[in-house]
Amino acid sequence: MSIITLPLPSSAGLVLTPKALGIAALLVVAYGVVPFVGSSYVFEALLLPFLALSLAGVGLNILTGYAGQVSLGSAAFMAVGAFAAYNFNLRVEDLPLIVSLVLAGLSAAAVGIVFGLPSLRLRGFYLAVSTLAAQFFVQWVLTKFSWFSNNSASGVIDAPPLTIAGLSFEGPVGRYLFALAIVTVLTFLAHRLVTSQTGSNLIAVRDNETAARIIGVPVLKTKLLAFAVSSFIIGVAGALWAFAYLRTVEPAGFNLDRSFQILFIVIIGGLATIRGAFLGAGLIVVFPLVLSRAGAFVFGDIFDSGVLDMTQRIVLGALIIAFLILEPDGLSALLDRLRHRFAAVFGRA
Amino acid sequence: MSPFLPAFSHFGSLPLPSEIVEHLLDRSAERSAQRERQAATGPAPVLALEDITLSFGGVTALSGVDLSVRSGEIKAIIGPNGAGKSSLINVISGIYRPDRGSVAIDGRRLRSVPTERLASLGIARTFQNLALFKGLSVIDNIATGRAYRSRTSFLSQIAGLPAARREREAARERARQLIAFLHLDAYADRLAGALPYGVLKRIELARALAAEPRLLLLDEPMAGMTVTEKNELAEFIAAARREFGLTVVLIEHDIGIVMALSDSIAVLDYGRKIADGAPAEIAADQKVIDAYLGVAPENENGDGI
Repeated sequence: MSIITLPLPSSAGLVLTPKALGIAALLVVAYGVVPFVGSSYVFEALLLPFLALSLAGVGLNILTGYAGQVSLGSAAFMAVGAFAAYNFNLRVEDLPLIVSLVLAGLSAAAVGIVFGLPSLRLRGFYLAVSTLAAQFFVQWVLTKFSWFSNNSASGVIDAPPLTIAGLSFEGPVGRYLFALAIVTVLTFLAHRLVTSQTGSNLIAVRDNETAARIIGVPVLKTKLLAFAVSSFIIGVAGALWAFAYLRTVEPAGFNLDRSFQILFIVIIGGLATIRGAFLGAGLIVVFPLVLSRAGAFVFGDIFDSGVLDMTQRIVLGALIIAFLILEPDGLSALLDRLRHRFAAVFGRA
Repeated sequence: MSPFLPAFSHFGSLPLPSEIVEHLLDRSAERSAQRERQAATGPAPVLALEDITLSFGGVTALSGVDLSVRSGEIKAIIGPNGAGKSSLINVISGIYRPDRGSVAIDGRRLRSVPTERLASLGIARTFQNLALFKGLSVIDNIATGRAYRSRTSFLSQIAGLPAARREREAARERARQLIAFLHLDAYADRLAGALPYGVLKRIELARALAAEPRLLLLDEPMAGMTVTEKNELAEFIAAARREFGLTVVLIEHDIGIVMALSDSIAVLDYGRKIADGAPAEIAADQKVIDAYLGVAPENENGDGI
């Protein structure tokens, strides 16, 4: 085979694809513009839950989207992450916050591996049901043993101040930057993982387990790794949810509804795309707000919080059915399609 | 004459004492006899099945099948539908565990083949019904054929450590070579899910070859192909054997291709091996003609109906 060497462009080593440019622009806006223009409401009600849920979506996507193992236990792993970070921070003196977060992720990964063991024998629907065990077990343990919430009567924990290396991340903007930094790093690492050989192995196990085993993909190891990495990321997302967004949480906040919410984020956003988790989380966070404004505008006072809640569920349910039928690859594929159509239109013009 | 004598004649000017010369001649005769015996039996076969019996519930899929595959040959397995050809391949690759009998790979007898170690034993296979990873690009599908060689952890892959990068690049380089070899260049970066059938069959062959196997099991690699595609693939298989020194076990229905491509043919019928030999012998074998190849109609005038 002949090797053709092309003269390297001036920016040798740096690949400037439109995609990389787009992500760079997004990051510039997220770090450089948003902190200065956003209102406290935007941070508290939109961006902080968006970031935490996006990260959880990235985590679940590695397990469900890439490795094809359905899980209904995401909220449990979020809870493990949140309560582990709280306890490490509380009980180990002078432990840097960032270390507590890593330890929280590792705790969630350990729990994830345990509840991932059934995946070695079960698939699809049966596996989903067995991950429900994680959901109920973790919530039960955290409620039953008050040690986890430092014997607080209500089981509610208060987040410690967010400081990393002397830098304090207080106030909405500070917490936003804190969450954004962690989400950026973990998303980048997740992207590296799914494009590596291990990432190919995940997809191989999802698409054809028998063929994967025969060509020598370590199937059992790959499945458990998917549970571990996914739970690690979801655990850190749980810690962000507790520390950066809500500031006070109780085990009941990590219930089955939350698990479903994250699963919907992944389905609506697009399975097996990192970007899909962000699109899905964006929709899930923004959609109730838009619905309540639109409802109040059209129906006036009749559209109270009870009606809003009901409408939300109905519309969300309809949306999921519509996505599953019309666009199983989610918002991410929809975006690609639109971009191609625009490119075609402008290309012709 | 022994090759030893001229060599020994260099020692000094004196001729060797006669008894020593005789002894040397004896030894070398012994050795050549040994060599001849080895040539007669050949080295241990790459694959040897012995008395393989397999049944599902009450249905016997294979009964008492012996099969021996010599190094470097293309061995075809033919027979009517349901004769047990795919079952045999599945026993060899460890998907089915035989009720009785053993599989010997390179002379090592195994009660059942450990599927997850198949690739490291030097065996790769393709599937009757395609088993590609449709969410991966063609090049990644092929590169995953080398996943069994991966020694680096996922952490070093995320961090992009030199060892992990070398490993990934080696796998992709091998994939690129096979893409060129099998003329798949036009599809390298496409997702495998959306490609035509004949191309997918070729990608599967490439994925199997990426593992650098010594023994390649092909389960109907040409099913559903056009005549042109079949001939092309047959040439690829022959070329792959030449190029990579492969031993091939091939299940195929197209008898023309089988006769032209294979060195020996085993015929299965109702789970039993009814013939095994060179293509010419098989074509003339009455049992094979009755069971599989078919006979010219004898009742043209309506006699005997």
